[in-house]
Amino acid sequence: MTKTTKGISRRRVLKGAGAVAGLAVFGTPHIAGAQAKVIKIALPTILSGRVAILGTSSRSAVQLAFNQLNDAGGINGRKFEVVDRDSKGRPDEAAKVTRDLVNNDGCEIVIDGEASSGSFAVHEVVRDLGILCLHTCSETSSLTADPKQFGKNVFRCARQGIHDAVAGGSYAAKIAKEKGLKKWATCSPDYAYGRDNTAEFLQYAKVFEPSIEVVDQLWPKLFAPDYTESITKLLQVKPQAVYSALWGGDLVAFIEQSNLYRLFANTAYFSGGLGDPPILSAIKNLPVGLNTAYRYNKTFPNSPENTAFNDAYVKVAPNEPTNWAWQNYAAAQFIIEALRRTNASTDSSVLAKEIAGMTVKQPFGGSGITMRESDHTIINYPVAWGKTQSKAPWVTDYVDTEWSKILEFEKQWKKEKGYA
Amino acid sequence: MNLEALFSCLSSSACAVTQVSTALIIGMLLFMVASGLSLIFGVLGVINFAHGAFYMAGAYIAFFTYQATSSFLAAFLAGAAGVGLIGVIFERFVISKVYGKDILMQLLVCYAVILIFDDLVKMVAGPEYKMMGMPEVFALPPLELAGGFVPAYYVFMIGASLVIGLGLWLAIEKTRMGKIVRALAINPQMVGALGINTTLLYAAVFGIGSALAGVAGALAAPTRTLTPGMGLSILIESFIVTVIGGMGSIVGALIAALLIGFTRAFGAIGFPLFVDGMMFGMMAIVLIIKPSGLLGREVTR
Repeated sequence: MTKTTKGISRRRVLKGAGAVAGLAVFGTPHIAGAQAKVIKIALPTILSGRVAILGTSSRSAVQLAFNQLNDAGGINGRKFEVVDRDSKGRPDEAAKVTRDLVNNDGCEIVIDGEASSGSFAVHEVVRDLGILCLHTCSETSSLTADPKQFGKNVFRCARQGIHDAVAGGSYAAKIAKEKGLKKWATCSPDYAYGRDNTAEFLQYAKVFEPSIEVVDQLWPKLFAPDYTESITKLLQVKPQAVYSALWGGDLVAFIEQSNLYRLFANTAYFSGGLGDPPILSAIKNLPVGLNTAYRYNKTFPNSPENTAFNDAYVKVAPNEPTNWAWQNYAAAQFIIEALRRTNASTDSSVLAKEIAGMTVKQPFGGSGITMRESDHTIINYPVAWGKTQSKAPWVTDYVDTEWSKILEFEKQWKKEKGYA
Repeated sequence: MNLEALFSCLSSSACAVTQVSTALIIGMLLFMVASGLSLIFGVLGVINFAHGAFYMAGAYIAFFTYQATSSFLAAFLAGAAGVGLIGVIFERFVISKVYGKDILMQLLVCYAVILIFDDLVKMVAGPEYKMMGMPEVFALPPLELAGGFVPAYYVFMIGASLVIGLGLWLAIEKTRMGKIVRALAINPQMVGALGINTTLLYAAVFGIGSALAGVAGALAAPTRTLTPGMGLSILIESFIVTVIGGMGSIVGALIAALLIGFTRAFGAIGFPLFVDGMMFGMMAIVLIIKPSGLLGREVTR
C-alpha cells in the first residue's frame, strides 16, 4: 500500500529545501557577488622611455572612456576599473605583464596598448589565454592581415600600414603631379617598421604617379639624437620631395635640425607621423606647408562630438590627444557597446561575436568606424592628409581618400602577399 | 659603397664645405664629452660610466634655466656649473668610495647612478621628450661659404668647444695648477707629501671633467630632443673616442672625435651602410696595434 498525501510530500519538501539552501550557499551569493564585482580591464602599454608620451596618452584615453561609463552608472550596475602596467617597450615584459594582469590581477578584458614589437608578443599570450583583446597601437598590417595570426577573440583597433600607404601614396601622387615633384628621397629609421612603411608608401606613390623617381634613401638609426649628416646629405642630393617615417622625439629633432639648414624652403616634406598634436606643439619652429597624415586633430572632423572628446581628454591628460589616444578611446567604445549588448557579460567569445562586424559611431569617423568581421581590423577610420601651419590646430586643409579605393588596393595587396 | 659620390663631393666646394662643417659639428660635441671622460681617467684613473648621465643633466639644467630666464647664456653657464657641482658631490660621496676597487665594482656603482639619474629626470621633467628650441639670437639663415651651408648656431657650437678645449689644454700644460694636476696623475703620494690637499684636487678635477659633459649637454639642448636616458648613445661614442685617442689624453680625444666626425659626415655620402662598422673597425685596429690609443699612456693609478 502506498501512502499518498495531498499536496507536497515530505521528501519533496526536503528536496526543495535542500535545493534552496544549496542555491543560497553556492548560487545566489555567487550571482550577487558577480553582479557587484568590478570588471577589470588590463592595459599593458609603454609608460617609460622615449615613447612614454604615447603610452600615457593611451592610458588617459582608456581611463576617460571607462570613467565616463562609470559616471553614467556602469552597465547593469557593474562598474569598470582600468589596470595598467608599464612594459617599458620590451616585448618580453609586455607578454609577462599581460599574463600577470589576467592571472594575478583578475582582468577579464585586455586592451593592448603596445607598439608593434610588443603587440606580437601580447598577441600570442591572449590567443593562448583565449581572452578578449583589442590591439590598439600596432600599425603592422600582418598582425591581422596574415590569416596565421587570426584569433577569434582578438581584434585590432588601430590604423594599418597598408591603408596608410594607399592613402598617403594617393595624396602624395596628386601633389607630385600638380607641382612636378619627380625627384624623391626618403629619410626613415633603420628598423623593420621604418623600412616597411617607407617601401609601402613609395610603392603606392609610384602606382598613382609613375614619374616619381627615388634618388636616395637614408636610414638613420632608431632613436638617433643627431641627424646632421642625413640632412646635409639631403642638401647634396637636392630632392624635390622627402618622405620620412621618423616619429616621436626623433621626428621633432629632425625637423628642428633641418630648420637650421632651411631644408624645407625648397623641398616638399611628407610624413606619416608628424600629425600628433604633442609632436607638433613640441616643435618650436614648425614650418608651414609640411604634409602629414592625420594622427589626431581637434578640428577634424569639425564636429561637436570630436570637440567634446578633446575637451574631456585635456581635462584628464597632460597633453592633447595623440593617435594612440583616439585608437584606445575607440577600442574602449567597441568593448563598451559589446558589454551593453550582452548585459556586461565577460565571456570572451560572447563579446567577440558582438564586436566582429560592429560599427560604432565615434567622434573621429564620419558614419562610424567598423570592425571588419573577416580579419578583425577596423576600417572607415580617418586616413586624411593635411598641411601644417605655425599655430594650433597645427594641421589644416585635410584631404580624405575614399575608403572604397583603399579597400580595392588592400584586396590586391592581400593576394600578392598570399593572405587572401 | 658609393666612392664616386664621395669623390664627387670632395671635388665640389659646396659639398666639401657642408660635410666638413658636419664633421666638425659632430666631432666637437663628442670632444666635449670625451675630453671630460679622458681628464677624469687621466688624473683619477677611474672610468666614469655615469658620464652620459652628466651630459643628460647638463641638457636638462640648460632647458629649465632657459625656460625660466629666456637667456641662452644663463642656460649654458647653469648647465656647465650645475653639472660641475653634481660631479664634485658624486666624486666625494660615491665614486671616491670605490677608488682602487675592482673595475666591475666601479661599473656597478656608476650604473646605479645612471638609473637614479634617469628616474630623477622622469620625476622632475616627466617621461616625455622635451625640446628647448633655438635661441632667438641664433635664429638666422645658414651662413654660405663657398657654396656650402653652415647654420649660425653650429658655428657658435664649434667655436665654443674649440675655445673650451684650448683653455683646458692651456690650463693643464701651461699653468702651475696644471703641473700639480699632472703630478697628481703620476704620483699622488708625492703631491700629498708636499702639503697639497689631494682630496680637494681630486674633487676639483672630477668637477671640471663633469662640467665638460654639462657643457656638451647645454650645447646640444637647442637642437636635440631631451629624454630620460639620452646620455647612453653619446656615452658609447665617447668611449670609442677615448679608446682611439687614448685614455687620459685631451689632444688624443680631439683627434679621435674629429676622426669620428669625418667618418660620419663623409661616410653618409660614400658608405652610408657601413658608417658604424667603420667607427668600430677603427677602434678595433687601434686596440690591436696600439692598445693604449693614439696618444694614450698606461694606467698609473
